[in-house]
Amino acid sequence: MCGIVGIVNTDGKLIDGSHIREAIRIQRERGNGLGGGFAVYGLYPENKDKYAFHVMYDGDRNSPIITIVEDYLKTKTNIYQSEQIPVYPNDRIAKGPYFKRYFLKPIEEFIGQDRTEEDYIVEIVMTINNKMEGAFVQSSGKNMGVFKGVGYPEDIADYFRIEAYKGYTWVAHNRFPTNSPGWWGGAHPFTLLDKAVVHNGEITSYGTNVRWLEMFGYYCMLKTDTEVISYIYDKLTRLDNLTKEDACFVMAPTLWDEIDRTNDGKKRYLRQIYGPAIVNGPFGIILTHKNGAIVLNDRNKLRPVVCAKDGDTYYASSEECSIRLLSPDVEHIWSPKGGEPVIIDFPEEFVQ
Amino acid sequence: MSESISMKNNWKILPPFHPEFDLDRCDYKNGCTICVEECTFGEISLKPVKGKDGNILHRPWANMRACNSCQRCVKMCPQSAIHVVSQPMHTSHGYWKTEPVSNIWRQADSEGGVLLVGTGATGPQKRYFDHIMFDACQVTNPSIDPLREPMEIRRYLGRKAERYGGEVGPQLKLEVPIMFGAMSFGALNLRVQEAEAKATRKMGTYWNTGEGGFHERLRDYGANTIVQVASGRFGVSEDYMKSAAAVEIKIGQGAKPGIGGHLPGEKVSEAISKTRMIPEGSDALSPAPHHDIYSIEDLRQLIYAIKESTDYRLPVSVKISAVNNVAPISSGIARAGADIIAIDGFRGGSGASPLQIRQNTGIPIELAISAADRRLTEEGIRNTVSLVASGGIQNSSDVLKAICLGADAVYVGTPVLISLGCNVCQRCFTGKCPYGITTNRPGLAERIDVDEAAQALTNLLHAWGEEIKELMGSMGISAIEALRGNRDRLRGVGLNEEELRILGIKHAGA
Repeated sequence: MCGIVGIVNTDGKLIDGSHIREAIRIQRERGNGLGGGFAVYGLYPENKDKYAFHVMYDGDRNSPIITIVEDYLKTKTNIYQSEQIPVYPNDRIAKGPYFKRYFLKPIEEFIGQDRTEEDYIVEIVMTINNKMEGAFVQSSGKNMGVFKGVGYPEDIADYFRIEAYKGYTWVAHNRFPTNSPGWWGGAHPFTLLDKAVVHNGEITSYGTNVRWLEMFGYYCMLKTDTEVISYIYDKLTRLDNLTKEDACFVMAPTLWDEIDRTNDGKKRYLRQIYGPAIVNGPFGIILTHKNGAIVLNDRNKLRPVVCAKDGDTYYASSEECSIRLLSPDVEHIWSPKGGEPVIIDFPEEFVQ
Repeated sequence: MSESISMKNNWKILPPFHPEFDLDRCDYKNGCTICVEECTFGEISLKPVKGKDGNILHRPWANMRACNSCQRCVKMCPQSAIHVVSQPMHTSHGYWKTEPVSNIWRQADSEGGVLLVGTGATGPQKRYFDHIMFDACQVTNPSIDPLREPMEIRRYLGRKAERYGGEVGPQLKLEVPIMFGAMSFGALNLRVQEAEAKATRKMGTYWNTGEGGFHERLRDYGANTIVQVASGRFGVSEDYMKSAAAVEIKIGQGAKPGIGGHLPGEKVSEAISKTRMIPEGSDALSPAPHHDIYSIEDLRQLIYAIKESTDYRLPVSVKISAVNNVAPISSGIARAGADIIAIDGFRGGSGASPLQIRQNTGIPIELAISAADRRLTEEGIRNTVSLVASGGIQNSSDVLKAICLGADAVYVGTPVLISLGCNVCQRCFTGKCPYGITTNRPGLAERIDVDEAAQALTNLLHAWGEEIKELMGSMGISAIEALRGNRDRLRGVGLNEEELRILGIKHAGA
C-alpha cells in the first residue's frame, strides 16, 4: 500500500508546495514512515535550459564521493551552477544525506552522431547511480526537481521546506514499502530526465520486464517497481517513439478477445512485439512530464485511483479526500477504469 | 514358433512381470478369452483344465516370458480378475542390480546387439521441476480469481521485431501454450495423428507430423499442423510444406541426441510408403546428421530454402536436443534465421531409441531452456525468436515452470499417448502396442477410436489450460506473457548454488 497525489496546472500557473503537502498528509495511513517524496515542475525558471541534477551523497559535505562525482561530471558536462540543497532538520527527521544540485549542459562534441542529448544524459545518470557507491542522482530533468527521503511525506516536506518552492505540476508519494528496503534514494518519485513516476502497487511481471529492459541497456538497480515502470515508459516513448496512448496500451493492454473482436491490427502488433513489457499485478501510477501527465491503472483495477478536473487544473489521487481538500467544490470527479489511461496534455500555448 | 525358440535361447532371462489370475472371479468357465485376445506380447495363453462335470475348459495362463506390464489385460478384463505383479529381486547383489544384469543377459543372448527401448529416459537424474516452487501472492498484492477475472494464456510463436516499426514475421497462434510434439505416422497409428489434429483444431493449437510425412487424409487440418523436415526427408515436397502452418527442421530429439531413426521395413505398409515417399517394405533410415547440414551456415541455407519454397508465409522452427552447448547453439540458430527454436530435454520420448543413448545423453530441459533464454536475452535477440521447451513435461505446473524459465510454449508427446491409455511399457518399437497407439497393424490399430481419442486429448488440453489459469491467478498474473522468463516468480527447494545460478532462480526463503 502506498498513497499518491498529483496536481497538474495545465495553464502553467505556479503554486507553492504547501498544497501538495496537505494533500498527501491526509493520506498518512497509506504509508508507514519509510518513504515520502515530491516532484515539482516549473521549479527553476531561470535555469530552464539546463539539466537540473539533484544528487544525494552519503555522509556530509566532506564526503570523498562528492569530488569523484563532480570530477566525473566535469569530464562530461559544463556545470553552470552548483549549490547545496538546503535542509531543515527537525525532531521528526534529525539527519539525512547531503544534497547538492547542479545546473549543467552536456559538452556538445562528446555526444556524437548516434545518440541524442537525452541519451547522453541518461548514460551519465546510470553511471553515477550504478557505479559510484554513495552517490545517487534523485532527479535529472530540466526545470524540475525531486525532494524525497525516509520519513512521512509531510515530514520530508518540512525537511526540505517545499512550501518555499513553486511549480505548475506537483506529485507526491507516501510509501509503505513491501519489497525493497526504505532508503533515501529508494523513496519515490522515481525520475529519469523530465519524467517522474509515483506508483502504488506491487507488480508481478517484474522478472519479465527487467529481462526485457536489460536487452536495451536499462539496468534496474533499485529493485523497485517504479523504476521498472519508468524505464518501460522511457523505452517505449523516447527510444521507440510510441505515442502516450500506445505506450499505455503496451503496459496495460486490452484483452486478446477484444482485439480479435475489433480486428485491431495495430493493437495485435503492439501486443505481439511488446509482450514482455506488459505490466501485470496491481498498480496505480501517475507519470508526470514537463508538458502533462498520465494516470494509469492495472487492467483489473486492483489499486484505487481517482481523477478530477477543475478548470485548467487536473488532480489524481489514491484517495478522493485529497482532491476534496484541494478543491472542495470540484464537480468533475471520476474513477478511471482499469487499463484505460487518463492522458493530460498541456494546450499548445502553455507547452513549456 | 519363433517365440518359443527365442524363449529357449533366452533361458537366462527372468521375467520382470507376469499377470496373476483370480480364477474365482475369472469368467473362463463361460468361455471368456478377452485377456488372451487383448495381450499383444504373447504372455497369456489358454490352458485346458477339467471342469466340475468332466468337460474341458480353458483358463488363462501366464507364459512367464513376455509380460511388459502394459496392463492391457487388467484394464480390459470385465471381471477385474487380473493383476500384474513385478518380480523385483532378480539378484541379491547391492551393486549388480536387476537392470544391468538382465540387460547383459539379453545382450549375451538372442537379442544381442544394441538394446532398443521406447519412451523417454528412466534414470534417477534429478527432476528439477520438482525442486522448483511457484511464488504466490499474499496481502501486498492480491491473487486473481480466474473464475471472476479474464486470464489470458494465448501465445504467439515466431519472429518479432524488437521495436515499433519493425516487422512481425508469420506467427503461430496458440490458445493454450501447449503443442503436441513430433510423432510420426509410422511410429504412430494414423488414427492417433487424426485425433491430435482434431483436438488441436478444436483447442486452437498445433500438432507436429514428425518426420514421417503428412498423410493426405489429414491435410484438411493443415492450419493446425507443423510438418517436419528431418534427415531422412521423408515425404518432403513443396506441397507438403505449403499445406502446413509451420515447418520444423529436426536436428535432434531429446531421447537420442545425435542419433538418427530407423523404421523397420516390416512397418512400412502401403499407406506409410506413400506418405513417406519410399518403396513399400523398405527400411526407413534417418541418418544421424542431415547430410547437407554440417555447420550453422548449412542450417541457414536450409532455413532459407524452406522459407523461399513457402513464400515466407510460414514460420520455420529448428528442433534440437538439449545439450550442454545449448545456449550458443540457440543463438546461432536464431541468427541463422529460425523463427522458433524447439529444445527437447533428455527425458523426451521416442518410439525407438538405443537404451544407452536414451539413458545417458543430453541434459535436463529445465537447465537447457533457462540457459538458452538467458543467452538470447543477453545478446539482445530474445524477441527475434520463440523458444519451445519439451522433454519430460508431466503436468500443467511443469508447463508453467518451463515458461517462467524462459519458454514461450511447450511440446508434449508422452502425455498425448498416456491420454489414450498408454501405460508407458516402453515397447513402442515392437509394433505390438496393445493400445493401438504405436502400431499400424490391422486389428491393433482399430483399438483407437478417433473421436474418443480426440475428445481425450481435448480434455487434456482444456484441463491443463484451466490449471495454468489457476496457477497464474495465485501468482497475481492475468496475462501469460508476463510470466515468460519471469524467474522471480520461482523459488528453488533443495538446489545447490550452481543449480540455482543456471536456473536463474533464488532459493526458497530468499
